[in-house]
Parts: sequence; C-alpha cells; structure tokens
Amino acid sequence: MTTPDTPTTAGVPAVAPAGWVAEALREHEAASRFEHHGSPQPLPGTVREEMVLERIDRARRARPRVKEERIVMSHGAGGKATQTLIEAVFLEAFRNPLLEPLEDAARLHVNGAKVALTTDSYVVSPLFFPGGDIGDLAVNGTVNDLSMAGAVPLYLSAGFILEEGFPVADLMRITASMQAAAERAGVQVVTGDTKVVQKGKADGCYINTAGVGVIEHDISLGVANARPGDTILVSGPIGDHGITIMLARGELDIEADIESDTAPLNGLVAGLLAATPGIRALRDATRGGVATILNEIATAAGVGVMVNEDDIPVRAEVRGAAELLGIDPMYVACEGRLVAVVDSARADAALAALRAHPLGQQAAIIGRVTAEPPGIVQLKTAFGGTRIVDLLVGDPLPRIC
Amino acid sequence: MRFVDEFRDADKAHALAAKIASLCEPGRQYKLMEVCGGHTHTIYKHGLEDYLPEQITLVHGPGCPVCVIPMGRVDDAMALASDPDVIMTSFGDMMRVPGSNGSFFDAKARGTDIRMVYSPLDSLKIARQNPDKRVIFMAIGFETTAPSTAMTVLRAAAEGLTNFSIFCNHVTIIPAIKAILDSPDLRLDGFIGPGHVSTVIGCRPYEFIARDYGKPVVVAGFEPLDILQSIYMLMLQLSQDRAEIENQYSRVVPWDGNVVALRAIGQTMELRPYFEWRGLGFISHSALKVRSDYAKFDAELLYSVPGVRVADPKACQCGEVLKGVLKPWECKVFGTACTPETPIGTCMVSPEGACAAYYNYGRLTRTRVKEASTS
Repeated sequence: MTTPDTPTTAGVPAVAPAGWVAEALREHEAASRFEHHGSPQPLPGTVREEMVLERIDRARRARPRVKEERIVMSHGAGGKATQTLIEAVFLEAFRNPLLEPLEDAARLHVNGAKVALTTDSYVVSPLFFPGGDIGDLAVNGTVNDLSMAGAVPLYLSAGFILEEGFPVADLMRITASMQAAAERAGVQVVTGDTKVVQKGKADGCYINTAGVGVIEHDISLGVANARPGDTILVSGPIGDHGITIMLARGELDIEADIESDTAPLNGLVAGLLAATPGIRALRDATRGGVATILNEIATAAGVGVMVNEDDIPVRAEVRGAAELLGIDPMYVACEGRLVAVVDSARADAALAALRAHPLGQQAAIIGRVTAEPPGIVQLKTAFGGTRIVDLLVGDPLPRIC
Repeated sequence: MRFVDEFRDADKAHALAAKIASLCEPGRQYKLMEVCGGHTHTIYKHGLEDYLPEQITLVHGPGCPVCVIPMGRVDDAMALASDPDVIMTSFGDMMRVPGSNGSFFDAKARGTDIRMVYSPLDSLKIARQNPDKRVIFMAIGFETTAPSTAMTVLRAAAEGLTNFSIFCNHVTIIPAIKAILDSPDLRLDGFIGPGHVSTVIGCRPYEFIARDYGKPVVVAGFEPLDILQSIYMLMLQLSQDRAEIENQYSRVVPWDGNVVALRAIGQTMELRPYFEWRGLGFISHSALKVRSDYAKFDAELLYSVPGVRVADPKACQCGEVLKGVLKPWECKVFGTACTPETPIGTCMVSPEGACAAYYNYGRLTRTRVKEASTS
C-alpha cells in the first residue's frame, strides 16, 4: 500500500476501544438482565420498542453518578450533567429534608415564622450587556429565587471575588446597578464580603448573593405538587436573556435588537398569589430554560407535561437568532420569567393576574399536566406533530450545517 | 416569523399528508432514506412521522458529518492537540465525540487548549492573535463545509500565515450513498436527497442512482413542509413507476451546484484513495485531503499523527444504524449504555445523529403519542 500521506490506513491493525466503553457495557448488561420475555417468537415492533423505552426509563431512574473524572463545562449548563452533579455530590454530602426538594429556595421555620433562604453565584460574561449587567442580575436572581418559594424578599448579602487589575470604575458601575435593582425590588444589601485573586485566576468580577424572605401566604409551593389536569403558564416571552448574552459575546457576528429580561419578579408573584388560590408551583426559568422547568415538574410530581409550541411566547428576534444558531429557545435562559403550575379551575384568574402586572403583560397558557406518560414532557409542535422535550445534555452546541 | 412559519403550516401539512396516503398502494411497504442528518433532526424535532401512514418508513442515512468520523481519527486529533504549543479548534458538534480517552470536552477539562469555533475563519483569527502557537482546525463535514475550509486555506495562503493548518477529515457524500445502494441487507424505495450538500454539488451527481439503480431521488429543503413535499414527490414517482432526480429545494439548490465553491475545493483538496467511515468501513475515494500545493497547511504532513485505528465496540451498532438497517432503538445499547451524556457511538453525539434525534425527541411509540393526546 503506497499511501504514506494517509496515516489512517487499512493496513493498520485496529486496537480495542478503551476501558470506559467496557465499563458502560458492563453496566448495561447488569441493567438489561431482567429483560427476557420468555417467548421464542420475535415480538411485534411496537412491543419491542416499548420494552426498550422501559429499559431506558429504568436506566434514567438509576442512582445518579458522576462519570467524569473532572468537572466539565456541561456540569454548569443546567441540564442533565448539572442535575447529576447536584444529586450525586451535593445532595449526597448534605442530605437533609430541607435541601431534598431541591427547590429554588429552602423553606425554614424559625421561631414560628416561615422563612425562605437562597443563594446564587454570578459569573456572566460579558459583565455588561444590553438590558443589564452582572450587578442587577445578582440582585434580581436571588430576589426571584425567594419569590418562587412564595416569600417576600427582604435582605441580601453580596460577596465579591475580584481579579487583580479589574477597573474600579466598572466595580462602581456594578454596585450602583445592584443598589438600583435592590431599590426596585424593595430589598436591602445588608452584609457582604470581598476577596481579590491574582490576575488570571478569575474573569474580572464574580458575585455571590444570598437572600432571606418571609413566607406570608399559607401555601406550600413546589413542583412536586403538580397534578394531572393542572394548567401551565409562562409570564412572558422566553429566551431573551440567553440569546442577548450569546450575541453580546460578539463571537457570532449577529446583531439583533434584543435585551436581557432581567427583572425582579416579587411584585408579579405577590399580585398572582393575592389574586387567586390554586397556585401549585412557581419556578423562574433561568439556566436550562423553560424546558428544564417542565422536566422538573414531570419528574418531581411523576406526571406528564404536554405543551403547545404555538402557545409559547418567543420574540421574533430571539426566534430568528435561535433558528440561525440551531438552538431551541425552550432551553435558553430567562432572567425575568416564571413558569407557574396552577389548578386549571384558577387558570384564567392566574393569567389575568399575571397580565395585570407590567412584567407579565405577555403571559400565556402554554400547556397542561397529564397523567401519562409519567416523567415525560411532550411538545405539540407548531407543525402539528408531537415530540419529547428532554433535559438538555451539555451546553447547547451550534450545529455545523 | 417570515421565511419560517410558511414552511411549518399545519394545514398544508394535513393536505400533503392526505395526498401521500392516497398514493400508497394497499399492502405495499415503502422505505425512504433521508440521507442527511439535518433532515433526521427536522423529522424528529417537528414530529413529522405523525403525518405519515404506517406503510411508509423513514430510514435515517449516513449524512451526519460527526457520526461518520471513526474513533481513531478523534484519537489522532487528540494527539495533535496534546502538544502544549498547539491550539486545536473545532466545530461545536465535534466537542462531545468520544475518542478512546474521552472527548475534546474532557481533554479541555484536563487542560488541553481546544476551542470551539463557528467558522474555520475564526481559527484563522486565533492563529493571527497567537503567533507563538500553532493553530490546527479539525475540519469535518461533507461538501457542505468543505468550501469554507477551502476558503480558509486560500486566505491563510494569501496572508502567508505560517502557524495555521488543518486536520482534514472532509468526506464526500456520493461514495457513501453508493456504498448503501450496494449493501446487500437493505431494500430502499427512494432517497430524500441532502439539501445543503446539493447547494454545493448540485443535482447531477445523483443521476446514477436513478439510471443504474432505478431509485428516485428528491433533493429536499430543511423545513418540515419541504420534507413532507419531498416524500409526496417520491411517492408520486413510485406510483408512476418513474425513477428520476427531482429538486424540491430549488429555491436554494442550483441544478449544477455552486461552481465557485467546487473550484475552491478542487484548488485546495484532492480525493484520498480511501478513508475509514465509522460503521461503514473503508470506502474508496470517499474523503478529501489537502492538495500538495498547500502542504504547509496540512497538519497530517506537518506533525506526526499516530494514525491509530480503534475498532468500534462490538455492542455498538452505529454501522447498521447509519446504513438504515436498524432503527436507533433496535441497537442493543441504545438509551442504556449509550446516551447523549455518555455516547459510545457517534450517532448519539450530534443532534443530527439518528440515535440522538430519536433519544431526544422521539422516545415515544406512535401508540403512546395517540394515548397521550387523547388523555
């Protein structure tokens, strides 16, 4: 064979694949051991397909385990890898009944008062983007996590990790924006912390905020409360923040007239809870987008979710950019939108209450909770077909062609 | 939204579906292959199979550029990238493709400098910004992406860049289709022809499929109505016993292709005698390498590439899936050992891979869909 320029040649003996494949296959063998149906005849296609689907369900219910030896970016992307990391590492280490629901905020009883506590870190790049910056994001995000627990946000902490060389003027711009956001949300930053690390050890400025709030309503919100028949609402157009950030990074050379939707949702939630009973769960659709929230509902409550693509509000600019990039807006982060699960008898009242608030004017009913199939989110596509909306695997990667 | 919604009109889809159903001969089963992974993605993302009568089966073809890369080539790329002086650049799709020792993402986590780019021209930018590093672009894809690699090489040559090269893994679609047509275990009735590839190569190269194999081909666009209309056009040909090459995607695909793009490919690349395809084995004259005039941009000549071959894991049935012999879920490891988080086979990596598309969007039998929509 005279092809020195083609190193991958037919003459080279193939080596066996690496150990991780063998390990995955061993696990697979163990998982499928119980599957013999006892019939020597081949089963009809649909029955066999059902069996495969059940096998997958079982594999997905298996105890989460982090297979990677090191942290990879998808551990932070809000999809499956994040969920596995949280359940296999953090929940395993800290397990207690308050943490276990894995809601946006923990609900605590302190001397007879019901209190919500949450924390969140902000590492957004770029620090300043159309519609906001890391400062108002850090305040709004924590305010929203408290609001989703049905709490009235009161006090926030602010921790700063600053990189050597970071401009003080930028820091002041960030803190001014935090203060403005805190005033808008009616909360105070009452404690804080500062650390400076060497150049190259951080990306300019990271912020952590924690927050406490009081729960005044006598309801317990949580995605596990969802029941078949419930209605699912979203408070406005989805995906604005994520697409804004992707475009603001300037790597894509796409320009569009979009701003981040970062906003405090405590006013919107207060109006909603005052207007009607029957609110079962609230979630702000941040990392992982609306699709991730819907999956959390389906998993936590053991129900199905059916949403209509036609009914999900998405701005034309967001949809256009997402189409170009091959990204589904359902997975794109929002920073000022919530998903609500509501008793269907109260759905109209809830929709009216959301629309009565400036941040909920484009609220919409997007779907419903079903009994079957449990744990699965389905989308009725605008085209008229049906498909699954699964948890995101890794970062949304742009398709190459 | 204009230019999108009109191609996703449910009323038009219902009308087309009725016409398709009326063309089915009673008792006859139809197997149509969509060659391109982009079509597979559209079919699942929009739930298009819900519109088709049970007599029509869509078979997912080999046109997913990531899916056909053998594991050995990933290992070779990783070997190139492991040099601390090298910045490896790659399309996003490639980042999760498993090699023997993990994916680009895993290597990145171990400290290897691997960067995701949206265009090979971005790699050129990185090369300009890092004159003390050697920047390699992992070039993958069919004739769709080959022109942009070719233009990048031409520009690098014009600028006289000395720290940029490509690791060329471009493949060509026609030999793959021919390999499938010659495969003894497959009976197909027609092809939904790849759209993006055809914008470059045009429709003429498919003529042998009708002439020598008697199968119809309809080159199709990527919106769901495009695909449904192409299925209708195929069914019409079959009902009239015709086997012709038709162009449904005429708004983008010129019959003779894109002459400028083809010239750029021809100027910078030439056919390899043979190339290994994942699951399909060695196919002669099925891939491109850098032409010797541009040897200084060929990473395979500049650096030592191990040239390892890694056997596909026995349990992995990517080959059968790529040839359309197996449905994704019929693979033994589908969904349990092989999932989008930990893909064993490449078909599970790219959203265009048949297995990933089915896992992410499909995972429901048609009976289940009917139950859910009536519950």
